[in-house]
Amino acid sequence: MRPVYMISGGITKFAKAHPQSDFRKMVADAFEYALADLPGLSRDAIDGSVCSYFSDHFTRQLMAGAMVQDYLGLDPKPSRRVEGGGATGGLCFQSAWESVASGRLNCCLAMGFETMGRVNTWKGNEFIALASDTNFDFPVGGFYSGYYAMMVQRHMHEFGTTVEQMAKVSIKNHANALYNPYAQRPGKLTIDEVRSALMVATPLTLLDICQMSEGAAVVVLASEEVAQRFGGTPVKVTGVGSGTDAMRMADRPHGKVILLPHETEEEYADLKYPGVHSFRGGRMAAKLAYEMAGIGNPGEELDFVELHDAYTSSEIQTCEDLGLCRYGEGGSYVDSGAPFLPNLDYGLSFSGSEQWPRLPVNPSGGLLACGHPVGATGLMQAVFAFWQLQGTIGKHLRDTTLQIPDARRGLIHSHAGTGTYITVSILERV
Amino acid sequence: MDKHYQLPETQDGTVLFNTDPIIQKYHYEIDYLHSYAQDSPFFVGLSQGKLLGSHCTSCGRRFATPRGICMECGGKTEWFELPREGRVHTFTTCHFGGEAFLKETPFTLILVEFDGVDTLFLSRLVGAEPEEVYIGMPVWARFIRNSKFKPTDVYFVPR
Repeated sequence: MRPVYMISGGITKFAKAHPQSDFRKMVADAFEYALADLPGLSRDAIDGSVCSYFSDHFTRQLMAGAMVQDYLGLDPKPSRRVEGGGATGGLCFQSAWESVASGRLNCCLAMGFETMGRVNTWKGNEFIALASDTNFDFPVGGFYSGYYAMMVQRHMHEFGTTVEQMAKVSIKNHANALYNPYAQRPGKLTIDEVRSALMVATPLTLLDICQMSEGAAVVVLASEEVAQRFGGTPVKVTGVGSGTDAMRMADRPHGKVILLPHETEEEYADLKYPGVHSFRGGRMAAKLAYEMAGIGNPGEELDFVELHDAYTSSEIQTCEDLGLCRYGEGGSYVDSGAPFLPNLDYGLSFSGSEQWPRLPVNPSGGLLACGHPVGATGLMQAVFAFWQLQGTIGKHLRDTTLQIPDARRGLIHSHAGTGTYITVSILERV
Repeated sequence: MDKHYQLPETQDGTVLFNTDPIIQKYHYEIDYLHSYAQDSPFFVGLSQGKLLGSHCTSCGRRFATPRGICMECGGKTEWFELPREGRVHTFTTCHFGGEAFLKETPFTLILVEFDGVDTLFLSRLVGAEPEEVYIGMPVWARFIRNSKFKPTDVYFVPR
């Protein structure tokens, strides 16, 4: 395998609906942004592509990936589609990484989109729920928010996690997004506002859950030689990992924790893992990515994390999977203020615990506030991470508030199903 | 040949949802032949008032939601009848849902745990108000008489 660099990226505004653009136009807009951002980069330099979108139902157009390739003027170069539920974008990123790392391509475009505004929200929820077992799960009341609600009920039972801690995640991510013009639902919220929003599936309210979105994102990955040719400020992909788990969360084992280097078996002696409260696939993805990137203690060695917060609860669960805190500490981790940006006023007081180093989680606003146009989401995270590591947040967001000073190493995390496919990738400044 | 030929036209209208851009609204639906295939005995069991799980013939692991192949060791599984009584492992009450289930809201989903069985079973809980449900609550399986061959042929009530 050879080193792979991200050399450019682009995104469109995420919104409930973009009726003026179809999927091709959305990707073309993001692609144009990426080309314009790196002088000298043109479509001629792109050797091939990988396209990601989750649902043919939302697109109502099969082989839409091929149509994007065509629309961008990339024919007859190689291209393919990848799909893996909510992790589609993260899988696309890693698939493009494989293309370059293997030497098959020198410069690969990862491009993703989703057009979820073409059906009403209830139909959209049904389409998404079809990504659950249609023999045993979907017919019982197929609804992903219901599945996540059951997971967090168990997390609360096992670890004492509270709805107020979940609300703080919502406050953080929506407030961060106030400085991100690409975000769909920025806002200044209070715990009361989150808790008094419409109840969707107990204990998750409308403000604990991301929205249906439309949008596109692209990432350009390249070999060292290509990255050097174009100059600019490339960022190195130093680790990739992915993991899986049973589609039906009823099937999850109750066994032993998969340990990260900074953890011991003794500290989890009484924990039945993953149960329905944790994501074993996320832990596997993190472990593999950390091994490749040489990370021993992620909380200490990362400068920011963009993770898949489709739910406030899943951000708390995922912080544990990623080893930012121990299993069971996700709620206290939020209370401590560690995952908040130090330069923003969230209207919250923190516990003052200094158990964990400051490590901004979802400085972009995450899925909760940016939106979740599924096939684009994992690539959007890569684009925000790229800009953080370049130090170009001010240029791209036209506001420097979200720029993490001296950001050297970031993590992006993409997640499908009830933790069914998960990817973790590590990006580093060079 | 007829160079004056014109396509016959109908008086059918087109439902325009929007004019700039042009957005059409149309309905589509399909008939789909969904086979339960190797899971079929479970649904036959429901129609006979039995809840069937599967156990691994190699490592002995017992699955409340049946699987043809053991997820731990890859061994083949055989069917066994689950107890009627279990406990709530976790729960939620859904106030919204996918379109197909909207008219049924609010409904309560539970994952049921059974003594001596390693995995869980997703079902609906009825006969309890949302605030009455708790983790560890004893529940009892009940079957609809007119089987629909769906996992909702079984549901749980407080015990």
